[in-house]
Amino acid sequence: MSVNEVVAGEPGGPAPAPTEAAARPPSSLGREALRRLVRTPMAVVGMALIAVFVLVAIFAPLIAPYSPTDNSWLDQVRPGQYPGPSAEHWLGIDPLGRDVFSRIIYGARQSLLIGVVALALGAVAGIALGVLAGAFGGWVDTVVMRFVDIMLSVPGLLFAIAVAAMLGQSLTSVMIAIAVVNVPIFARLLRGEMLGQRGADYVLAARSLGISRSAIVFRHVLPNSFTPVIVQGTLTLALAIVEAAGLAFLGLSGSDPSAPEWGRMLTDAQETLTSAPMLAIYPGLAIVLAALGFTLVGESLREALDPKFRR
Amino acid sequence: MSLLQVRDLEVHFPIKAGTLFQRTVGAVKAVDGVDLDVEAGTTFGLVGESGCGKSTLGRAIMRLTEPTKGSVTLDGQDILALSERKMRAVRRQFQMVFQDPMASLDPRQSVESMLTEPLRAHKFPGGSAAHAKRIRELLDVVGLPESVVNRYPHEFSGGQRQRLGIARALALNPSLIIADEPVSALDVSIQAQVINLLKELQERFSLTYVVIAHDLAVVRHISKTVAVMYLGGIVEQAPAADLYGQPLHPYTRALMSAVPVPDPNVEESRNRILLQGDLPSPANPPAGCRFHTRCPWKQAAKCDTERPALRELPLVAPGHKVACHYAEDILSGKLTPHEVRPEEVALTPAADDPGSIETTEAHVAGGLTPGGPPGAR
Amino acid sequence: MSLLEVRDLSVTFTRSGQEPVRAVDGVSFDVAAGQSVGIVGESGSGKSVTSLAVMGLLPSRGVQVGGTVTLDGNELTDMDQRALRDIRGRDVAMIFQDPMTSLNPVVTNGRQLVEVLTRHAGLSKGEAKAEAEQLLRRVGIPDPVRRLGEYPHQLSGGMRQRVMIAIAIACRPKLLIADEPTTALDVTIQAQILDLLRTLVAESGCGMIMITHDLGVVAGLCDDVHVMYSGRIVESAGTKDLFARPSHPYTDGLLQSIPRIDDDDPADLLHTIPGSARDTVAWDRGCAFQPRCARAVAECLSGPPAVTELGTPIVPHPVRCLRPVGQDVSLHEGNVAR
Repeated sequence: MSVNEVVAGEPGGPAPAPTEAAARPPSSLGREALRRLVRTPMAVVGMALIAVFVLVAIFAPLIAPYSPTDNSWLDQVRPGQYPGPSAEHWLGIDPLGRDVFSRIIYGARQSLLIGVVALALGAVAGIALGVLAGAFGGWVDTVVMRFVDIMLSVPGLLFAIAVAAMLGQSLTSVMIAIAVVNVPIFARLLRGEMLGQRGADYVLAARSLGISRSAIVFRHVLPNSFTPVIVQGTLTLALAIVEAAGLAFLGLSGSDPSAPEWGRMLTDAQETLTSAPMLAIYPGLAIVLAALGFTLVGESLREALDPKFRR
Repeated sequence: MSLLQVRDLEVHFPIKAGTLFQRTVGAVKAVDGVDLDVEAGTTFGLVGESGCGKSTLGRAIMRLTEPTKGSVTLDGQDILALSERKMRAVRRQFQMVFQDPMASLDPRQSVESMLTEPLRAHKFPGGSAAHAKRIRELLDVVGLPESVVNRYPHEFSGGQRQRLGIARALALNPSLIIADEPVSALDVSIQAQVINLLKELQERFSLTYVVIAHDLAVVRHISKTVAVMYLGGIVEQAPAADLYGQPLHPYTRALMSAVPVPDPNVEESRNRILLQGDLPSPANPPAGCRFHTRCPWKQAAKCDTERPALRELPLVAPGHKVACHYAEDILSGKLTPHEVRPEEVALTPAADDPGSIETTEAHVAGGLTPGGPPGAR
Repeated sequence: MSLLEVRDLSVTFTRSGQEPVRAVDGVSFDVAAGQSVGIVGESGSGKSVTSLAVMGLLPSRGVQVGGTVTLDGNELTDMDQRALRDIRGRDVAMIFQDPMTSLNPVVTNGRQLVEVLTRHAGLSKGEAKAEAEQLLRRVGIPDPVRRLGEYPHQLSGGMRQRVMIAIAIACRPKLLIADEPTTALDVTIQAQILDLLRTLVAESGCGMIMITHDLGVVAGLCDDVHVMYSGRIVESAGTKDLFARPSHPYTDGLLQSIPRIDDDDPADLLHTIPGSARDTVAWDRGCAFQPRCARAVAECLSGPPAVTELGTPIVPHPVRCLRPVGQDVSLHEGNVAR
């Protein structure tokens, strides 16, 4: 076997003879995907952004020089004149006399919280519906999917606004609203993927081996259908941050106006947009960077997990 | 006694129309009244072109696709009457080997997990130590080194993957293996390896095979009995040597003459019967003999009105069954072939075509729900 | 002079961060007008890449093509894309394995044919329509007028391949390249299509390259055969000569391992070639087939194997092997010691 030459495979090209199976260390599929991921520059940038975002959120009290609600510098503020960046206040002071930098730092916590909770709620409910439809098929599938279609027929943000308005102004209602919008997306995605996998030969093989239906669904169909869900998850996180900011901008977030939140900061900056445009740009930039991080990772994951790229 | 008995088996897939309230507007008659007997320890070859229903028949025998009518008796037990639970237990007796070795292996399952799964599901005695031993045995039997247990399907070549598929099928010591195009996805130089492996395993474990294939040469090589299918029914069945030595049905003759032989001298002197046109739609099969629309021996009487039964010709060819009204006369040369103009061959109007039959079969067979396509959209 | 001359053709795929892959390596062959030449090989042998290289259809990024391809005295390899496009479709036409993906699904069969005829043959729309009908009739499609107005998905696989062939022969090409044209089809339909190709070559006098894995197809259709393995031609001969005395151990093993429909007394076990195409050696280090070869000796791994000529200058039969089948004693006495 020593003379065996390892020839790299060319997708769609000639030698589909990638590696000699007996001459290679075992590797798990997940680890392989991770290895491909860290070799993608786009993914590395995305992961760095996310890392910064998460670290800032966790260590906000240590990083922020002041409390986000401390308005001790109100005396420095005059209508139409807000102190810009200085050594003491890196990003200046807002119209209510608070340190903008500290508010941005603390805002990361809020955004991450909203994003993660909304994603978790939406994904869990969506996945449950998707599994239900995808595993049982038949009338269960029809009923679930009609329900999902109805949810999907309402534009996302409008739907979120309606839900948030119904539940009243609170952080919880924002999170629920964003979650609800994402439920049908996850349900549809997973169900479609599962239906496709259910027709695969290996499922037929498992059936012919007498494997029980639930084992087939949970051990074969579901794991093989999950890749797009993971990708969708990261993209949803990005979207949830933007949506949360949007809802806050529309005044549908928590009732406490002093809570540091990027979307609300954007709303507040609206009033002083002509005199202090930077007050809108800082939170805007924060939102964009956080969302960008998750989007980059999501897109790279899509490629890394794609079996077509796997060798 | 035969290990497997199939009687009057029918698999009709409903053709549905309508978006919200679906109604059945017809049926694709994928398998339409098939009888067959497979003797223990032998290989039964099933040949036919795509769309003839041979794969559906194989799956229906295994109840992976639910038949709409008929009976399947395995080792004296009517398996169509079994509940789903009992059926799962019976499944250990018969296994399947698939065409595409990549698609039939779960890409996320390591060799070890793939081979352990059936052992666990059927409570193979002895716990994990015995399972590990069994896995080593299985890999050895199919000619793979033990060291592959931690590998994943994508790390193997096509031939090795097919060996894994065979190892998995053997895990539970089945008596019957249904192999659906077991070598057609493999390279020529690998095909022979897998065919030989199947033969060796048959001898070693006294296995019974049903081999479904479109390659007539492969089927001849491994089968004791061969049946030819056309449009959902068996048109001819005989011991391999008889069938290939003296094909009686006009379709079998055409099929045999179409297979290229790797020998230019034979190719030069061969008499080809070129069939005109394509396979008619199984949703709307021709009346009478299904083959009459393309048959060069078609006669004015009976062919287009009466469906010929599969019958034995005791005088001219004992043990040789054929479904043709005029088999004796064709054999004796009393009837000679005539031109079939392509214009005469019924072409299915595109509007009635429910899609190619393979796709219909595929999505129906893919559903976990028995009986119908799962909300296919 | 031959219609097509391929000399020392090589194709290398390069991808960033990976070893370059030489898919085709020093391939030379000729096709004369009216002649059918078979290129036989398994997946990964480089047969399809060879045909794409001849057509100039390989992507320019990450691909290096060496050697020369001369069609009717015109060198194709250094032609610009525009001139090449002109030649493709007019002088050279290709038929692919999967007619569904090679036909445009949203354009009627008629328009696809008419487009080729107006662009390459310079016919007016009216003339092209009449010609299209003739072409469909010629490739054996019943009711051609109706078929012209239909879309590819409304045709069966065999009919689609006929339409592809009609498009390919529309401009009376000098060379037809058929890449596994019948692999996706059933045997009875395959027989129809092969029969059609045979007739077309005989009638039009064009040359044909038949790329296939099926030695049976070659036996019935081709005049000359080239057997490829791992990117190189390992044996070339006239079809009858090749089948009568297959001399490369690979060709020989392949022929022996195929079950035959006309074998009245099939042996219990088939002859096999051990291993798979993955077990290979780079050609510059030795014979790529060596790891699977029953006749291999130590010399097989000492550099690229020389070509042994087993034929005559008029009827050549070159074999890239140090120990061709049936030649041991006369050629390589003393090499047998391992």
